[in-house]
Amino acid sequence: MCLAVPAKIIQIKMTDDDLLRSGVVDFSGVQKEISLAYVPEAVQGDYVIVHAGFAISLLDESEALESLQAFDDLAAFELTL
Amino acid sequence: MNYTTAFRNPQLAQKWVNAIKTLVTQHWHIMEVCGGQTHSIIKYGIDQLLADEITLIHGPGCPVCVTPLEYIDKALTIAAQPNVIFCSFGDMLRVPSSQQDLLSLKAQGADIRVVYSPLDALTIAQNNPTKEVVFFGVGFETTAPITALCAYQAKLRNLTNFSLLICHVRVPPVMQALLSTENHRVQGFLGAGHVCAIMGFHEYKPIAAQYRIPIVISGFEPVDILQGLYFCIKQLEENRFSVENQYSRVVSEQGNLPAQNIMQEVFDTVNQNWRGLGEIAQSGLALNANYADWNAETRFAVQAINTQEPVDCRSGEVLQGLLNPVHCAQFGVACTPEHPLGATMVSSEGACAAYYRYRQMT
Repeated sequence: MCLAVPAKIIQIKMTDDDLLRSGVVDFSGVQKEISLAYVPEAVQGDYVIVHAGFAISLLDESEALESLQAFDDLAAFELTL
Repeated sequence: MNYTTAFRNPQLAQKWVNAIKTLVTQHWHIMEVCGGQTHSIIKYGIDQLLADEITLIHGPGCPVCVTPLEYIDKALTIAAQPNVIFCSFGDMLRVPSSQQDLLSLKAQGADIRVVYSPLDALTIAQNNPTKEVVFFGVGFETTAPITALCAYQAKLRNLTNFSLLICHVRVPPVMQALLSTENHRVQGFLGAGHVCAIMGFHEYKPIAAQYRIPIVISGFEPVDILQGLYFCIKQLEENRFSVENQYSRVVSEQGNLPAQNIMQEVFDTVNQNWRGLGEIAQSGLALNANYADWNAETRFAVQAINTQEPVDCRSGEVLQGLLNPVHCAQFGVACTPEHPLGATMVSSEGACAAYYRYRQMT
């Protein structure tokens, strides 16, 4: 039930109240309007993690790249020991 | 970047498998807390890749599985009333109760609707002012702030024909409850990534220290899980017990503060009954006094319903990691996803359903 998937924000509908802010996101081709109430800092083009119609977190690309790089870093570290 | 396929890269996954095999000097028992992680582990065969090095114990992190039967009976009682539109996530509809499930009640004519988001239930309430619209809010801290925002908006708009049947639960107390049992086998945890996206991970530091157990907050793709396992085993091999964050692209230490604020505004922390596990102190979230008018349990007078578990289902042992689904005599015989005896077979995140779907032929 805690399934949440990445999506890209392609449009933001502005409101005065952050808790009513919504936007359209793209899930690899499928577009859907979701609530952006919990990601007030999100801007168009950001990737977010979406659960039950809500963005629950911004996706940090540099952290993602670091995770993907972690094995090579580990291997390099082990080799230098 | 395609964030999904990048973390399903088979070559990278194999590198982490090899790294784990090189790292281990003894066999370890590690519990993945979240049902989404269980589903990935069984789907991608991660447990089979590492069977000689670790035993993966499937934890109680499927909310459909741990919602007590009494809530299903309360849901059925409310949904059966003539003026009610009952809204729920789809996977709650097939959970069998003492009599029937919500899907069969719907087949008999009850107005039961599957919604993608609780906000859809709010819209239904606005569009049907003469009906009572109820949302069945279950789930862990990932889902709780979403239900909370519904309650908040319902109060803001004074939406009086809307109410919530709530059974939200918290992860840290159930981890502590498991670690407090005498016969548990858990030596390390993969923490639930999306729960921590909301709550952060500061709550887990005292648990890691008190029980001397590593907790690695992990994502849900194969590379996430293997990397999380590597970090966890590395700690175990080095006799360290701390909280680490593998899922840093999504989870920060403080979590999602706006979501936590709305949860604080709407909920009280309460003792909660868990299916198969019993009552766990401070493990539930319930509407507080300011939101009592939106509580469906009081509006429909169903507080007194108290249902006992069926005796022939061993899902409680599965939820505690004491029984592998395939070792249950009912598994695949009297208990299948079409006719589940207990909730671990109902939800696709339940350990029994995951084994049935991906492992029946082995």
